[in-house]
Amino acid sequence: MAKRILTVDDSKTMRDMVSFTLKKAGYEVGEAEDGKVALNVLAGAKFDLIITDLNMPNMDGITLIKNVRSDAKHRGVPILILTTESDDKKKGDGKAAGATGWLVKPFSPEKLIELIQRVCP
Amino acid sequence: MNNEAEGYPLAQFRKTYFEECAELLDALQANLELLSNGSGDEETLHAIFRSVHSIKGGAGAFGFGGLVAFSHVFESLLDAMREQKISATPDVVQILLRASDALADIVGAARDEHVLAADFAADILTAMEEALLGASDPTASGVQPKPDSEVNEVSGERRYRIAFTPHTEMLQKANEPLLLIRQLRKLGGLSIEVDSSRVPPLDVIEPESAYLSWIFTLDTGVPQSAIHEVFEFVEDDCDLKIEVVSDGSLAAPAANLAANSANPARLAASKPVDAAVAPATPTQSIRVDVDKVDRLVNLVGELVITQAMLTEQGTLLPVDHYPALIQGIEALAQGARELQESVMAIRAQPVKSVFARMPRIVRDLAATLGKEVRIVTAGEMTEIDKTVIEQLNDPLTHMIRNALDHGIEGPDDRIAAGKPRQGTIHLSAAQRSGRIVIEVADDGRGLNREKVLAKAQDRGLVAAGASLSDEEIDNLIFLPAFSTADVVSNISGRGVDMDVVKRNVQSLGGRITVQSRFGSGSRFTLSLPLTLAVLDGMVVSVGKETFIIPLTAIIESLRPQAADIHPVVGRGLVLALRGEYLPLTHLHRCFAISDAITDPCRGIVIIVESESAGRVGVMVDELLGQQQVVVKSLEANYESVDGISGATILGNGRVALILDIARLREIDSRMATDRTVFNHQNAIIDLPEEAPHAA
Repeated sequence: MAKRILTVDDSKTMRDMVSFTLKKAGYEVGEAEDGKVALNVLAGAKFDLIITDLNMPNMDGITLIKNVRSDAKHRGVPILILTTESDDKKKGDGKAAGATGWLVKPFSPEKLIELIQRVCP
Repeated sequence: MNNEAEGYPLAQFRKTYFEECAELLDALQANLELLSNGSGDEETLHAIFRSVHSIKGGAGAFGFGGLVAFSHVFESLLDAMREQKISATPDVVQILLRASDALADIVGAARDEHVLAADFAADILTAMEEALLGASDPTASGVQPKPDSEVNEVSGERRYRIAFTPHTEMLQKANEPLLLIRQLRKLGGLSIEVDSSRVPPLDVIEPESAYLSWIFTLDTGVPQSAIHEVFEFVEDDCDLKIEVVSDGSLAAPAANLAANSANPARLAASKPVDAAVAPATPTQSIRVDVDKVDRLVNLVGELVITQAMLTEQGTLLPVDHYPALIQGIEALAQGARELQESVMAIRAQPVKSVFARMPRIVRDLAATLGKEVRIVTAGEMTEIDKTVIEQLNDPLTHMIRNALDHGIEGPDDRIAAGKPRQGTIHLSAAQRSGRIVIEVADDGRGLNREKVLAKAQDRGLVAAGASLSDEEIDNLIFLPAFSTADVVSNISGRGVDMDVVKRNVQSLGGRITVQSRFGSGSRFTLSLPLTLAVLDGMVVSVGKETFIIPLTAIIESLRPQAADIHPVVGRGLVLALRGEYLPLTHLHRCFAISDAITDPCRGIVIIVESESAGRVGVMVDELLGQQQVVVKSLEANYESVDGISGATILGNGRVALILDIARLREIDSRMATDRTVFNHQNAIIDLPEEAPHAA
């Protein structure tokens, strides 16, 4: 069965690009434009991986991660955060909140797939 | 895998991107408008940041270098504003508005594939960079850091020994050791030893905690950075040691052969070890809800109060009539004390768990900074309340980082200063006069008092011409307004402001002070209350008030002779005691108590000692007795009061305040200054009512 991945980003461009790359690689993809929407989506479905941006309106990525990690149903789901540059502070914040790993923007489709396979083969 | 050649619809994404950019630029403009006319709120700035951030994110994906570079500086400036390193002054808002216009132009040029002049918007870039420079944020430089830089190392088959010990919380972030092992196996020949000695008995196993640790032996031709990459996501959540056991000088086939032949032997050897370790559970333990322990502590507190009451009533009874009752009361007192100590011991833990993390921080940071530093720890077994230990990690980490970053010099500077190449940080814990004292001392360059004082005067924290003691100057670095001034680079920085550390420590009921010698190092002393809910106290009276002085702080008490009391200009009264001069603190003045004895020769002087204020004589009217008291938090029941560390209920049902003796001298001198006048010689003269022999 195909793995299901949820991509959370307020930028449609990023969602489109991530989503396209993932679908092409055979994943099923869900989309959400901020943390709040993501939590709604998660309430009704299970995902094998969440990829989330950090800066978003309504609910940012860090809050989303904390919510997911405190939810018995989803706490074991790997979460990758998207950061620009190798911003160590952001990475640290994300890790502290419970993120599994990170993905530095901009990234190539290959790098994206490689990282996904590392945490969710 | 996917790439553009396989129908990656880049053109479609570009279209979406520029549509989105148009929306983002509109939102950016609207929010900047709000910011400039002052009707924006906190969220406005966040929204502005997100707009620029999103534009930059997409630009990177499409390789619009110029757009990335410009929006990066713009974003850094906004980030610094979000962090409140830069405030939204009209000048800054003006820069933002111009930058927003320029950004729109750059986006437009990218969309229409125009080429902009090389110096387009250079003036705005400069303005933004200058604003950022003022905030001196290390991440805020205009240079785009380059991710994914490939480190080229000497290749050739090597054998690595990788010790991997996940911290218990690693699994909670959905990092799976099995995946890491599979990843490693892809790199070369792998043999694995597992250490299961940390696995607790089945009934206390937490299914979400990591207990196993591994030693991998990897024979591979890939550079060490590739191994680090495997552990990239977990490096902060584990102890990881990668070392080269044998390098490429060995012939590769021989190394492989050795690996193969070593495998079975190692596996065989590791098995009996595991078998021997697993059943041996050194100490039995049970997990108990902290709430239950807290309840126990409170109950013991109540018991001690009742016992104090009984003891007091018992003194009223004639001993020969009720010998058994009085004996019983004494036995109860003894039992209550032992019970209380045992309950406290449940919550106590050695500070080792926090100290053990520090060497790694030192090692990593020293490597980053190109410094040579060793850390020496002492007193790891000192026990502190568990809840305090958990909150100690952050301030300690900050202090250690600070010492490394700003205290210890680079190796060359150290040699030039006649010091050993390698700097040393001493980290120690000890129990001293009823408090836990943790010290972080470095042998680095120390504080530059002239600069500190100049900066403080510049910021209006110290009146020009005020004379401060060296210690007072050093402690200026803890002032909030001071630490935002990043210019004196040897004390602040990395976003680790000393006032944050101080706040952290204060929230634990602790204090932090610094002693420093310019050129030879700084010593930060962090003192925490023993969170014992019960302490031995001396009950004293001042006027109609009753206070408790912690017994551990008391050295002696005496009634001085008039000849031993001397007024000293600027210092109030001092007591000459066996050749030493001790400042006298007037408790009645600290707390404005009207009907107290003001002549030290008619009252009692208690000599107390604290690590920050040294020895001080505290003037009280009378000693009422010595007693175990239950500490009730003033913050929880009322509010924090300077000079008071808590309250208690005495055996007679009255409330008495527990003195925070380290603060008394400062409060007293402040109160004294409020009531003194300056004459022409600028000497301080006590008002008549404060004179030594006034009634």
